[in-house]
Amino acid sequence: MDLDTLVTGALADVGAAADAAALEAVRVAVLGKKGTLTEQLKALGALPAAERPAAGARINEAKVAVQAAIDARRTLLDSAGIARQLAEGRLDVSLPGRGIAPGSLHPITRTRLRIEAIFRAAGFGVALGPEVEDDFHNFEALNIPPDHPARAMHDTFYFGDGRLLRTHTSPVQIRAMRSEAPPLRLIMPGRVYRCDSDQTHTPMFHQVEGLVIDETVTFAHLKGLLKGFLAAFFEKPLAIRLRPSYFPFTEPSAEVDCQCVFCNGAGCRVCKQTGWLEVLGCGMVHPRVLENCGVDAERYRGYAFGMGIERLTMLRYDVNDIRQYFENDQRFLAQFGAG
Amino acid sequence: MVATGWDAATLGARLTMAGFEVEAVSPVAGEFTSVVVGRVLTCEPHPSADRLRVTTVDVGDGTPRGIVCGASNCRAGLTVAVALEGARLPGGVHIKRAKLRGVESAGMLCSARELGMGEESEGILELPAGLPVGAPVREVLELDDTVFEINFTPNRGDALSVLGLARELAVLAGQPLGAPPVLGVPATSDAVQPVAIDAPGCGRFVGRVVTGLDPAAQSPLWLKERLRRAGLRSLGPLVDVTNYVMLELGQPMHAYDRRALAGTVRVRLAAAGETLTLLDGRTIALSPDVLVIADDQGPLGLAGVMGGEKSGIGAGTTEVFLEVAWFAPAAIAGRGRRYGLVTDASQRFERGVDPAGQERAIERATRLLIDIAGGAAGQVRVVEQRAELPAQKVIFLREKSIKRLIGIEIEVHVVERILTALGLQTAPEHDGWQVRIPSWRFDLALEADLIEELARVYGYDEIPELDQPVPSRPRGRTEALVGDERYARTLIERGYDEAINYTFVEPALQQRFFAGAEALSLVNPLSAELSTMRVSLWPGLVQNWLANARRQAERARFFEIGARFPVTGGVLSERPTLAGLAAGRVRAEQWGEAARSVDFYDVKADLEAVLALSGRDAGYRFEAAELPCLHPGRTASIRRGEAVAGYLGELHPMLAQTLGVSGAVYLFELDINVINVAQLPHSKELSRFPHIRRDLAVVVDESTTFNELRESVTVSAAGLLTELKVFDVYRGKGIETGRKSVALGLILQETSRTLTDAEADAVIARVAESLQKNLNAVLRD
Repeated sequence: MDLDTLVTGALADVGAAADAAALEAVRVAVLGKKGTLTEQLKALGALPAAERPAAGARINEAKVAVQAAIDARRTLLDSAGIARQLAEGRLDVSLPGRGIAPGSLHPITRTRLRIEAIFRAAGFGVALGPEVEDDFHNFEALNIPPDHPARAMHDTFYFGDGRLLRTHTSPVQIRAMRSEAPPLRLIMPGRVYRCDSDQTHTPMFHQVEGLVIDETVTFAHLKGLLKGFLAAFFEKPLAIRLRPSYFPFTEPSAEVDCQCVFCNGAGCRVCKQTGWLEVLGCGMVHPRVLENCGVDAERYRGYAFGMGIERLTMLRYDVNDIRQYFENDQRFLAQFGAG
Repeated sequence: MVATGWDAATLGARLTMAGFEVEAVSPVAGEFTSVVVGRVLTCEPHPSADRLRVTTVDVGDGTPRGIVCGASNCRAGLTVAVALEGARLPGGVHIKRAKLRGVESAGMLCSARELGMGEESEGILELPAGLPVGAPVREVLELDDTVFEINFTPNRGDALSVLGLARELAVLAGQPLGAPPVLGVPATSDAVQPVAIDAPGCGRFVGRVVTGLDPAAQSPLWLKERLRRAGLRSLGPLVDVTNYVMLELGQPMHAYDRRALAGTVRVRLAAAGETLTLLDGRTIALSPDVLVIADDQGPLGLAGVMGGEKSGIGAGTTEVFLEVAWFAPAAIAGRGRRYGLVTDASQRFERGVDPAGQERAIERATRLLIDIAGGAAGQVRVVEQRAELPAQKVIFLREKSIKRLIGIEIEVHVVERILTALGLQTAPEHDGWQVRIPSWRFDLALEADLIEELARVYGYDEIPELDQPVPSRPRGRTEALVGDERYARTLIERGYDEAINYTFVEPALQQRFFAGAEALSLVNPLSAELSTMRVSLWPGLVQNWLANARRQAERARFFEIGARFPVTGGVLSERPTLAGLAAGRVRAEQWGEAARSVDFYDVKADLEAVLALSGRDAGYRFEAAELPCLHPGRTASIRRGEAVAGYLGELHPMLAQTLGVSGAVYLFELDINVINVAQLPHSKELSRFPHIRRDLAVVVDESTTFNELRESVTVSAAGLLTELKVFDVYRGKGIETGRKSVALGLILQETSRTLTDAEADAVIARVAESLQKNLNAVLRD
């Protein structure tokens, strides 16, 4: 067969090959050991010696051309195959992922951990103590003798044998001062109990108290710390206001108001138009409390403060019914996420 | 008593910032207009309505009004408050001319309630006869005034009176305190009542008899109004006067019907077995540490708390014995509360009443009483126990202590000015002052108390907010102690919600879980449901699941971290606990995965993740165990060394049924003090040589545990076993009943060289032989 016809036919076959197998068949038929072009090369020997170089060169050119066409066709067929594979493997990326969805951290814990983190960053440690307490740690050591009118402020749960459920985390302060030498820099989070239940009270709730005992601390440092804490907690600078108050275990004592986080002090429903929110109680540790704990009240002074976690959680996350905290409704808890 | 020059808002703010928290500010009357003083000229029955009256009322303009009135106390001659035509009253009431049952009415005679002057009122307001007819009622009754509701702290009993609060305001405003009016009443009768003090705790007992009182006398409107504004009801002139003096001067007092007294009136301790019927009608049994006022026949009243019924003032009382006493706070504190009584008197005595004020109070009360009800006063009788009266207190205040406590210096003259204004006498000495404390201040005992007074009056706002240098030594957390937060995080990642339950539970529910368990019970619980301390967190968590299931929840994963309070042999041990519950589907419903319920091994994996926080080789063992509230074949105790770390199991089907739980519920509880001790990791050299895996399927008895198989394999593999996998547990076709096939994968490795196939074969042969011998295992092909 004429070489040109043969090449034209081979190129047409290459172009017509629909897949890799067909293309391979074409290659074998043209360039294989018994392929048509290979046979042409074998037939060179039959030509006169003078014609052989020119004919050989032409056949080789033809082989190169066919090979190039096959290579090009193979690349084309490969990319089409990948494209088809890609097309077939398409996913609906909007379907939800499978597996376990995380649960949720209770909002009280979420707030407690934030408070702990803020105070840890300010050099505080965390101290814990028992919830079933005795009269000494919960009251007497805190300068609240039996029949003291301040006991009426603590509606106490009793067990009838001198033991009681702690009404505040202050007994942990007593335990800390009696077991560790000053200086002290501690916060005490935990569950506390008061015999009270209504729209705004639950018989169990959570407090964080703080205690600093050192040689040079003053009421001015207490103010500075609380202002810093509230700014860190609410993530904005807030004015604070200390109002004189009374706790048997501190002197001077104060209630702490912070500028309303909702209206920035302009007055709104939450702050009852006062521009202030009562968030903490605090004071300088009463000298008798220091003495009850064996701390030299001439050398050391201290300050203490306390706050309700439920209240801060309400202000931070808009919880509006305190009773929801202990109902453990999954729908309520899920709102707070993994935290 | 003091002129501050402040408006109501400023006054309230200053009180609050001085430690007297103003909780509410309200007007003494509602908003109203066109209400004038009128006099009822005629009052006749309504021709066609039994309960109505037709009146003519002089309102001062020469034109008497015809007004229909429904009040039973309406009568001719009465001075009344008349809402004229066009008047606007509180609550949007607009007075118009109207016909009532056919009779024209040109206005309304007002009750106190209709004018916003009280919640309740009996009939129309009866005004004093002397008021000028036609004058605006707002003006003559001084109704443009404000009531402050103040939250008193327990330390400031001295301020629980108009006098006490005026004293504070005088200090704050820098104005003089006007001396309260005390007009002595000389004795004009020789009636006396013998009195005596026969017990500690009473420092002074002052008595006086007033005879010839007019039983028909009424409390004047000003007195009733002042009591009303202070939140007290008018109960007739005798009681009103004693209450008024208490409010004005802070000195509680009591009036007895003298006819009911026999012999000497004395202060003494109650005798065992004595009883007393109180003014409120209750009869109480007195304990011997309670002070009573008694006559020769027995107790008349609970001293400093409440009087008794027998000698109480009645409608016909014409002779009274007035008692004004000083009791030590410790002698009164808590006594009333024992009988459920918190009275105006007990609150004041508990906090401390000025020991210098008894005679002033009795003179004031006598004066008021005689002005209102006539009569003649006898001699004032005073008995004292001087040793029981508080001693003069003197406190030394060092100048430098002020800055040491509050962080700022206060100028010497300011210190002296504030202390003096508060009634404290200061005498400079060395580097400070000798400060004499006035008789009415029970709260000042230490130097710190004086500094608080200074700071309070100087203003807490004037104290700066300072940074305190924090110790530069960092404070780390113990790495080998696992914090609770990590348990929470681990379980939350695995789909658990954190719950927080009350630590007190219903005893009957707790007994269902732990029959016969000792527990600590409250003597004053809020309710039976919240009366016993929990010995386990499970009852609470199961209730959480039930409550959520009732709200159509399909599954639940809860954990709680908190104390439980088990009692053993009467001894409480408060245990920090991590507990959890799993119920319902293994995963939330999702596509592409067959639904199944959570099972033991799902929850065990959660626990293993928690226990892994103790370190890799913490040595926990799960062993078959039994607890009455759990399924006997599906309960594991978790042990660490000798200690029981906790339990995991399925809620007992019987208990589940009793509680109304459907479907399996898995519960776990771990003792945090056992699991929170972690081992620090220690890195070892890794083998550089390849491992060989050999699989072995053995058929064993159903009762043979994986623990036993592992023990046997580990021992016989003699140190070459680096890991043992279990990749199948099979029962059914091909395996006889009561037996199971367990497929094990053994990973074998030498640390110092490549293990040969021959060596591996030899190990497997040893393992197989040991399994056959020890556990009656049969090899499967």
